[in-house]
Amino acid sequence: MAFVLSEAHERELAEILSRYPNKMAACIPVLHLCQNANENWVSPEVIQFVAERLELPAAHVKGVVTFYTLFNQHKPGKHQIWVCRTLSCALRGSEELLSHCERRLGIHVGETTADGKFTLRTAECLASCGTAPMMQVDKTYYENLSPEKLDEILAGLSRE
Amino acid sequence: MLKRTDYLTKNYGRPDSHTLQTYESSGGYRSVRRALSMSREAVIEEAKKAHIRGRGGAGFDCGTKWSFMPKPNGKPHYLVINADEGEPGTFKDRTIMEQNPHAILEGCMIGCYAIGAHACYIYVRDELHLSKQRLWGAIREARTKGYLGNLPFGNNYPIEIYVHTGAGAYICGEETALLNSLEGRRGEPRLKPPFPAQAGAFGFPTTVNNIETVAIMPTAFALGGDAFSRISDLHSFNDGGARLFGVSGHVKRPGIYECAVGLTLRELIYDLGGGVLGDRPLLGIIPGGSSCPVHLPDEIVNVPNNPKFEPYNGKPLLDLPLGVDTFRSAGSMLGTCCAIVLSDAADPVLAMHNLMRFYKHESCGQCTPCREGCGWLERLFDKIIAGTATMDDVDQVSEIASNITGNTICAFGDGAAQPALSFIRKYRKSFEDYIQNRGRSQTGRLSA
Repeated sequence: MAFVLSEAHERELAEILSRYPNKMAACIPVLHLCQNANENWVSPEVIQFVAERLELPAAHVKGVVTFYTLFNQHKPGKHQIWVCRTLSCALRGSEELLSHCERRLGIHVGETTADGKFTLRTAECLASCGTAPMMQVDKTYYENLSPEKLDEILAGLSRE
Repeated sequence: MLKRTDYLTKNYGRPDSHTLQTYESSGGYRSVRRALSMSREAVIEEAKKAHIRGRGGAGFDCGTKWSFMPKPNGKPHYLVINADEGEPGTFKDRTIMEQNPHAILEGCMIGCYAIGAHACYIYVRDELHLSKQRLWGAIREARTKGYLGNLPFGNNYPIEIYVHTGAGAYICGEETALLNSLEGRRGEPRLKPPFPAQAGAFGFPTTVNNIETVAIMPTAFALGGDAFSRISDLHSFNDGGARLFGVSGHVKRPGIYECAVGLTLRELIYDLGGGVLGDRPLLGIIPGGSSCPVHLPDEIVNVPNNPKFEPYNGKPLLDLPLGVDTFRSAGSMLGTCCAIVLSDAADPVLAMHNLMRFYKHESCGQCTPCREGCGWLERLFDKIIAGTATMDDVDQVSEIASNITGNTICAFGDGAAQPALSFIRKYRKSFEDYIQNRGRSQTGRLSA
């Protein structure tokens, strides 16, 4: 089925286009817009849609999608969790936090829980080194984490 | 010397620190008014006097960079701000975007005027959702007030500022990769020349500045360029003003501290950072983001034949003022000025492995030496940790790292190779112990 945007999202798309001197420059923001409107993933239909709207070859759009890690080429869980594991976080216990997270959710990094609620990933430095260890859940940063705090956050999200 | 300042951080911690009202009540938007009443050349001269060295890591003088832009001749010019903060250990730009976004906008407006640009793109990494929200909010406020738009403060010099986002790629912090990403392409660095000042965003003359560099510019104009530069202890090194220092890892009070340029690592770690976690001995310090070499706590400064270094020669590196040229001459790198501290609870081999995994993950894959080399290095460190490596593998690390250095389009390759070389050189015994003990180390962990 062809991908379409809602009226509100179409307005947003027009506003994005107005910021740039050409249509290609809107490629990444428009992909974000479409990914948000498509259960957080970029399907082949989304690539087709973006290519047509921005008058770009589909191969260009696909090239962009595969370059950047935040464009999902498969549907993720309802909540996406990224645990930062780069040096500053690792020095403050991110490895332990990550294993705790894996045990608690019953999945390994890169997997989605059976109920489709959580996808667990690792991230490279999220610019939160002073409040390590930390993780990002969807659009929110959780900082200065401990296993207990992590449990609380996950329990809160599970109840939703 | 430790001199705390609060030009950017005055309102940090206040719930309304990001609003236009708070910014204006602390004297905000006066500098841009002054700059817009000056000639373009005078603005650049004033910026040069401030000796603001680029805060993104390369440390190039901001005013001089602005002066490289051609004279406006009807073609568009662009100001592009690099806020793709992702260098491991670096978390200063995020605090400005979240807590003082109007200083950024004011700096961008001064920059636009100085380089003849009417449009500015702030490139923020996508993960920083609160930062983007705060920047867009500030832009809306400034536009409503008429500060941005067709007639900023009544001057016939239209300025628009937009926030552009990436989508998760460390390499987009490299300025030409950032420009490709801004244009809607894969974020692969470009060959230089042409430099952005000749052909940058959309093929037009462009200046790329780090976000802290522009955010401090209004302060320089408020105090006067020269007076601002003299706040620094390194005014004589043409490294002026105040900047944000960060410290993370094994310290008691990790965080961002604003100080005059010229702070030492010892002051950063012990006075501001509160000392090493658990009062343990220091194992090493990475001074400004992971691409800098690592330093042992007992290293001594030795820069012969340079009279400026006479006061520091023979003294510990920990007491050398943190400046672009001081650290470069001492064989190190200032980078982003956000230090990572390792206590002796951490295993240096695991630290190197952690960083190399980062570089392998983030190499964009354009140049063969970096794409293959980073993967190769990571696999060698895997082997060392697994206990299946031989002594030859340690030498091979040095060989591969040396073959990456200087053989790639951008500085990423060097940024990956330098830490590997310095870790192997400075902690060689730890690497050899791993091999002799078949993968068992003394601590075997990173966290304290």
